[in-house]
Amino acid sequence: MTRSWSGEKLAEAIEAFAPGVTTDSNASDVWVQPDRIKEVCEGLRSRPEFKFDLLSGVTAVDYVDHFEMVYHLTSLPKNAKAVLKAKCGWGREDPVVPSVTPVWRGAELQEREVWDLMGISFEGHPNLKRIALWEGFPGHPLRKDFATYAQSLVPVEELR
Amino acid sequence: MTLKTEPVSVNLGPQHPSTHGVFRFRVTFDGEEIKDVEPIFGYLHRGSEKLAEERTYAQVVTLTDRMDYVSSMLSNQAYMLAVEKLGGIEPAPRGVWLRMIAAELQRIASHMVAIGFLLQDLGAWGTPLTYAMREREAVLSMFEMLCGARITNSYLRPGGVFMDAPEEFWPTLDSFLDALPHRIDELESYLTGNEIIFARTKGVAVLHPQVAIDASITGPMLRASGVDWDLRHRDPYDYYDRVQFDRPLHNAGDNFARYWVRMQEMRECIKIIRQCVEQIEPGPVRPSHDDVPFLVRPPAGDAYAAIEGSKGELGFYLVSDGGISPYRCHVRAPSLINLTLLREMLIGTLMGDLFVSFGSIDLNMGEVDR
Repeated sequence: MTRSWSGEKLAEAIEAFAPGVTTDSNASDVWVQPDRIKEVCEGLRSRPEFKFDLLSGVTAVDYVDHFEMVYHLTSLPKNAKAVLKAKCGWGREDPVVPSVTPVWRGAELQEREVWDLMGISFEGHPNLKRIALWEGFPGHPLRKDFATYAQSLVPVEELR
Repeated sequence: MTLKTEPVSVNLGPQHPSTHGVFRFRVTFDGEEIKDVEPIFGYLHRGSEKLAEERTYAQVVTLTDRMDYVSSMLSNQAYMLAVEKLGGIEPAPRGVWLRMIAAELQRIASHMVAIGFLLQDLGAWGTPLTYAMREREAVLSMFEMLCGARITNSYLRPGGVFMDAPEEFWPTLDSFLDALPHRIDELESYLTGNEIIFARTKGVAVLHPQVAIDASITGPMLRASGVDWDLRHRDPYDYYDRVQFDRPLHNAGDNFARYWVRMQEMRECIKIIRQCVEQIEPGPVRPSHDDVPFLVRPPAGDAYAAIEGSKGELGFYLVSDGGISPYRCHVRAPSLINLTLLREMLIGTLMGDLFVSFGSIDLNMGEVDR
């Protein structure tokens, strides 16, 4: 059975090599400062106590007042997993976070997807182009203020 | 005498019979050698993740069917595990066994498609594909018995499956499992020792294990590079901790290894299904409507559940705000992520091997673009 890192323990372990970087934690997740995400990921990947060599997933959620980056990490040698999060884009100004593609190659296409559909751009990404939609598409569809056809007919509150 | 050559850019796809859907490459060739590849995605993008936000938790199942349409039972299973984790739903044991049987049958069907089309891409026009499709056809007929649908099954519900297997399903399954090892042997006797296949696939598009892990590659592709990583074994979901099976590994990491691993995995699927049939007991196939109402309202929060899909780690990340539909539904699509190293795999290989290497990744455009 893959061991899940508890958020509090992981926050403590991250603080040990990057002081002041974590902002919050709970039973399963850790929140870190978005501008230092690459530094944290490098540590999580290379340090012997973590060895998170496989990046399972990168995604983002629109919480209207801010965006949240979500990283699912897996360690093959230690058979462990952890969830790393970062709140960014407060006030809906164009959010930018450092790319983790230099740390794990596997983030490349997933970060392109996040940029395309959620509109979070990644600093240091080698090829940040739209992936599912075409260049020049207006807006980023997974944002909550992008209404689908059905949503444009009926208010969202009545759909729920 | 050496001929002077210069690079030529060729556009392949999106409408090309070997692109397994609608996929486009922009390839630079020098003579027959591939110098550069630029994959272009998005021709099948339907916005499934956005559409999921305006459907109820039970309705989203129909969208997951249409993501990876050659292994929809596995997509259903990954999604339901995420819903159950999010809502704290305790599944009914008979439902879990039934969906494990369905998932393993689907894995056989999906690997058969991968192998059949790989041979098609190699130029073995039609014949091996017909052998592979025969087995898939038998699986699809069994799905028709289970749920009335063949491709877009929508068989699973939160906490189990939507109806019990009919009585005629069990003898059909039994005779299929009896026949399948011989059918696989037959297929292997034509292919695994075939010199033409050796010449065309061995040592082509080699993927080293460390590079593959770094690029988040999972599933049969990672096991073909010699990494023993299978979520059914490492992080058992459903009742996979109650069944015994082996994990075929190959160290070469080339096209042949990827073909071979899929071939052997189908034999393990048979073992797993047999053990499921032995352990399944009568009972309800899903919790009553008092326990799990039709409109599931999971508490606010998030959950990520992943399964070993036919192509790799297939995960769903769901966020709930306490309403009847997901606030956010993200799919960790193995087909897309396994394409990360496509460029590195193809550079230096020959034009004729392009679609063979591409086919050996085993991807599904419905899942790549969603």
